[in-house]
This record gives sequence, structure tokens and C-alpha cells, in this order.
Amino acid sequence: MLRQLRPALVMIVAMTVITGLLYPLGMTGIAQAVLPGRANGSLIAVNGQVIGSELIGQNFASDRYFQGRLSATVGPDPADPSKTTSVPYNAANSGGSNLAPTSQVLIDRIKGDADVRKSQNRGQSVPVDLVTASGSGLDPDISPEAALFQVPRVAAARGLQEERVRQIVAEHTEQRVLGVLGEPRVNVLKLNLALDRING
Amino acid sequence: MTINGWIQILIFCALVLALVKPLGWYMTRVFSGEHTLLSPVLRPVEAVLYRLSGTGEREEQHWLTYALSMLAFNLLGFLVLYALQRFQDVLPYNPMGMAAVAPDLAFNTAVSFMTNTNWQNYGGESTMSYLVQMAGLTVQNFVSAATGIAIAVALIRGFSRASAKSVGNFWTDMSRAVLYLLLPLCAVLTVFYVARGVPQTLSAYVGATTLEGAKQTIAVGPVASQLAIKMLGTNGGGFFNANSAHPFENPDALVNLIQMVSIFAIGAALTNVFGRMVGDQRQGWAILGAMGVIFIVGVAVAYWAEASGNPLVHALGVEGGNMEGKEVRFGTALSALFAVITTAASCGAVNAMHSSFMPLGGLIPLINMELGEIVIGGVGAGLYGMLLFVVLTMFVAGLMVGRTPEYLGKKIEAKEVKMAILAILCLPLAMLGFTALAVVLPAGLASIGNPGPHGFSEVLYAYVSGAANNGSAFGSLSGNTPWYNLTIGMAMLMGRFLVIAPALAIAGSMAAKKTVPVSSGTFPTHGGLFIGLLVGVILIVGGLTFFPALALGPIVEHLSMIAGQTFSVGG
Repeated sequence: MLRQLRPALVMIVAMTVITGLLYPLGMTGIAQAVLPGRANGSLIAVNGQVIGSELIGQNFASDRYFQGRLSATVGPDPADPSKTTSVPYNAANSGGSNLAPTSQVLIDRIKGDADVRKSQNRGQSVPVDLVTASGSGLDPDISPEAALFQVPRVAAARGLQEERVRQIVAEHTEQRVLGVLGEPRVNVLKLNLALDRING
Repeated sequence: MTINGWIQILIFCALVLALVKPLGWYMTRVFSGEHTLLSPVLRPVEAVLYRLSGTGEREEQHWLTYALSMLAFNLLGFLVLYALQRFQDVLPYNPMGMAAVAPDLAFNTAVSFMTNTNWQNYGGESTMSYLVQMAGLTVQNFVSAATGIAIAVALIRGFSRASAKSVGNFWTDMSRAVLYLLLPLCAVLTVFYVARGVPQTLSAYVGATTLEGAKQTIAVGPVASQLAIKMLGTNGGGFFNANSAHPFENPDALVNLIQMVSIFAIGAALTNVFGRMVGDQRQGWAILGAMGVIFIVGVAVAYWAEASGNPLVHALGVEGGNMEGKEVRFGTALSALFAVITTAASCGAVNAMHSSFMPLGGLIPLINMELGEIVIGGVGAGLYGMLLFVVLTMFVAGLMVGRTPEYLGKKIEAKEVKMAILAILCLPLAMLGFTALAVVLPAGLASIGNPGPHGFSEVLYAYVSGAANNGSAFGSLSGNTPWYNLTIGMAMLMGRFLVIAPALAIAGSMAAKKTVPVSSGTFPTHGGLFIGLLVGVILIVGGLTFFPALALGPIVEHLSMIAGQTFSVGG
């Protein structure tokens, strides 16, 4: 074993330098030089102020905005820093609910949200992504069905015609990548920004 | 299930298959020491490494020396990673001021990354400094993958050599795996990931003011460079807590596809390296065929379960598949496919939360890991795990016809069978043994998050994932406690080194054997009969060992669910 110590020591130091410093720092240099916008988190600025990242969802509570997925992320409790409390779309602490499919807590939560959603849209059946928490807690997207489902509520709150809002949703619906990969989706932040531009 | 979902699954399979031969050809050249396109640049680097190490590049090692080299290297790697975590608060590249990691968590994490498990009892963006992510975790991502590949290559040499005393040189195999294979591919992948939106920066987290006026802190970091090796090296440890479900760690379905292909690429190609080195590529395709059969069945079941959705939710007037813990951009098809891939290989990255999968959707990852991740498997680990089952299969076949079994012209005798059984038995021992302890001890029970049979599945999943060196989790289990940090750490060590040691012993004894010529009594190991027998042995050994535990967890949960039963704490 002792005879192996010298090569082991040399190799772990060399590999740390090559794969742990040269590689990530070199890639950072290249990324910052060639693709700074992407490399820094695809941030969106309005009037010079960063309002978020196009890839990271944020919390929307107002009826004037389309709302995203449920977010199960937590953060430190202001009242007692040793505990955590629900902080939706906490982009410094990603995660899902991890509730089991047979959990009473999950079923109660979905029932409560589904009842509210139905009351906002003439009792129609609710798209599943509107009442389930995303895996990251930061899902920036909803399905086109989930967006269309919210049109009556948003249109009423903004005093816009439903047809006009539906048209904006259609403009912001992204199809599958290369026509086949993934699912059709609507980026909630970009959709809401577009709404604010026509009706702020 | 939709046609589009299945087309995506087929695209994935076609891409992996298309890479098998070219990558297998390249890797064979690399590990045989032949000239490659990258040699002009990398040869001088190699030469310096070997000179400083005082090791001759062509110096052949006995299997025991090979094993000792590997152990010494891993031990030092563990110590470096442990120290980096303990001192991260005073080291550079810590813009968010992360505190030193607690000893038990640092131990668990260091073992986890050294063994290519990447079980994470922490959230990356809330615990680790950029220095630990780069110089600690990324390094172990590279070298633990290279270690696995080296062991597989050594075992292949055992089968391909005759009357030989040695199985190769660990230092050369490990260095070449990093320099010629992993590093160049990762550099290309990193640029691609950044172009699609994965961050690569050393700046502190970004403060944003949302449209509704709330403050949002957005974690960033050197993510892309770590993501590239995390997938290619089947490590699976996320930069972020949500792993590849995080939009920064997996921004769209194209990135998702490349990540999935990365997980399988090297493991699948190693079957071709095996075929080339033993002089008959059909032998490699037969192994890959057996892996493919188990894989496709798993994908079909998991996709069906997730796409069908939760009947308890449907009863509330909510339409659609099971989307709890999933991302819209991936939907049920890509989430189920990813889950099967990540547990077939020993990757453990996730793009959806497995704990919220349907009971049968979560059953498939469990089975994949319990079988020892021999379906493609971890880079290297999958192939040597599968070859252990091949030894067992040939033994069973020999028993049926009353003839000394042979594989590739080598007689399989008592020593090899004992070693194979030792390796195959240590997994259920660690997986079921620790689970049994944890579900009777208060320290184990206290961490369970979901009530009912799912709670049992959480504990089982943790030890299965640890011992199989996978690293994915039912995240509802609170693993960051002294009990779980310690016992999962032990399970990871058992699952790694108690498999590697017997595998290398078999390599050594196989290499020493003479080759016997093929006769009319030789059982051909490249046809359908062999594939069928191999799959049968894998399922019987794995199935019989684990069925009782699976019946207590996911199967009971499934039956309860279709009977309309839910579970609540204390209820």
C-alpha cells in the first residue's frame, strides 16, 4: 500500500488541478466570453432592473397575472431562523413536495386548489399541472391548456376581451423542440410581461 | 401514453445504439495505448504524470496491486474532498459565505462522490461553496467514473488474456479515461449546455425584484461544467438540490435528451470494447441485448404508470397524468424515461421527484437498482456487474448439462463462482440489512416523511440507492441525520468495494487461465438462448431476493391506491 502512496498523491493533486480548476475555470472563461447572457442565468431586465430569469419561474398571486405551477420550496422562517417555512419559488433552495401519491396531505391539497380553480372557470375540469407542485419548485412553464384555463379570470381582472388574451397566449406557446421533443408549454413570466406591455 | 412519447423513447435508443460502435472503437484504442487524434496534445501531459508518479506507463500490475492502487487513490480522494468541505468557509470561491459542512454530512458526501454514488443529504445551492463544487465534487465525478472504467477494462483483459499474470496498470487506465475520454467530451458538452441556458459563472447569486415586487434570490454558479461530467460519468450529483429538474440544470427537452444519452453512452460502448478486446464483437452485442430487454420492459411499465396518472386525483375532477414533482417541459414521458435510465445506469440524476411517482412508477427504479444496475449500469460498474452475472449464468448452464462451464474459452471454476456470488450477495446484504435495522430503530423511523407503505419504500430506496451506488432518492426521507449519514455511507462503501474486489480477483484468475478451444459441446454466448438465460438468472436472483421487500412497499401502496385508500400521519 505504501508503494502506492506516491502515485496516489501525485494523481489526486494532478486531477484536482486539471479537472477541478483548469477545466471549470477555463470553461467559465470561454462561456463568459462567448455566451455571457446565457452563462449568467438568462436574466431579464426591465428599465435596468433585473426582474428575474426567463428560465426560472416566479410567484404570481394576483388575478391580473397568469399563475404558474404550485411551488413547494421553503426558506428560513423569519420568526424563528432555525425552522423553515413555505416560500414559493425560492430560487436559492429548489425542490419538490416529495409527497406520495397516496398521501392524504397531497389529496387534500389538490382538492382545495381544484375547487378554487373550478369556481374561477365555470366548473370546468382542471388541467393537472395547475394543481400539482413541480419537481424543482421553479418550473417556469405551464401547459397551453393550463394557460387557456386561466384566460377568463385574467381577462376579467384586466378588463380585456377573452379573445385578445387567448391570442397573446397563442403567441407565447412554444411547441415541442424540433417538433417532437418535450411538451408544448407557455413561459408564465414572458406571458405576463407581454400582458403588462399592452395593459400595465 | 402517446405516440409522441414513444417516438422520443425510440429516438433516445437509436442515438445510444448509433454511438456504441464509434465510441467502442475509440475507447479500445485508448485503453490499448494506440495513437489517437488527441495523442499529440495529451501524450506529453501523460508523460509528466507518469514521471512524477514514479510509475512506468507500461508497467503491468497483478490484480492485487491493481486493487491496492485503486484503493490508495480513492482513499486520498476521500480525504481531499472531506477536508475541502470542512474548510470551505475559509477557502476561496465562496461568494455566498457557505459555512463549513458538519462532520457526518461531510463524511457521507465524500464517500458518496468517491464511490460514484452521489447520494446527497444536502441541497447544493444552500450548502456547498463553488470551490467544493469544482475542486471537490467535480474532481470526484471525473475520477470515480475513471475508476469504474479502469476496473471494467481490467476485467475485460482478464477474459481476453491467456496465461498472463497481470491485468494492466491502474494509473494508466485511470489517467487515460480522464484525459482521452471524459475531459474532451465534457468540454464540448459544457459549451452546448451553456448555449441552451445552463449558467457557468463564478459570480454570487443574483438578486431580482419580481413582477409582483417580491425579492427573489436566484442561485447560479459554475453549473454547466459540473453537469457535463455528472451525466457522462453516471455520477448524478446535482449542482442544485432539484438536480436535473431545476430549469438551470436542464432548461429544455433537447438538453434533456443529450443528458439521457450521456448517461448511457460510455456504459453501452463498453460492451463493444469488451467484444473488440475478446476478439468477437457479437459477445458484446449479446450482453447489450440482455440489457436492452430489461430496459425496454422497465420503460414501458414506468411510462404507463405515470401517463395513466393518479386515480385518487382523477376522482377530484382533475384531468391528466401524474404531474406532482414533474416539470411541464418534460411531461410524463420524458420524466418516466429519465427515471428508468438513471437507475438502470448508476447515475442517480433525476428530472422529476421519484418520491411522488406512482407506486409502480417508483417500483421500476427500485428494481433496476436492486438488480445491481447491470442494465448499461454505471460507467464500468455496469459491465463488471453484468459479467459477474454472466459467470453465474454459465455456472447454472453448466450444472444443467453436467459439464464444466466455460466462457470465451476460459473454464469457470469454483474460485470464480465463489467470487461472483460474494459480489452479488453483498448488495442485498447492505440493502435489506440496513433497511431492516432502520425500520425498527427510532433513529431510522424519525426521518420518514410519508406515512404508510410509502414510508417503508423511502427507507428501502435510500439503502438500495446507496448500496447500488446510484444516488437518486425518495426525497421525502430526511437523510441528513447522523444515523443515515453514517449507515448510507457504509452501504455505499460495501456496494462499491465489495463488488470491485471480487471482480478484480476474477480478472486475475481468468487472465492466468489457458484458453480451451471451441468444441461441439461449447455453449455459444452470442445468441438468443444465452441472452434469455442471462436475463432469467438476473430476474430470478434479483426477483426472489427482493420480492418480499417490494411487496411491503410499492406493491401494497399500489393495491391500496386502487382501493381508494390514502394514508395520513397517525391514521
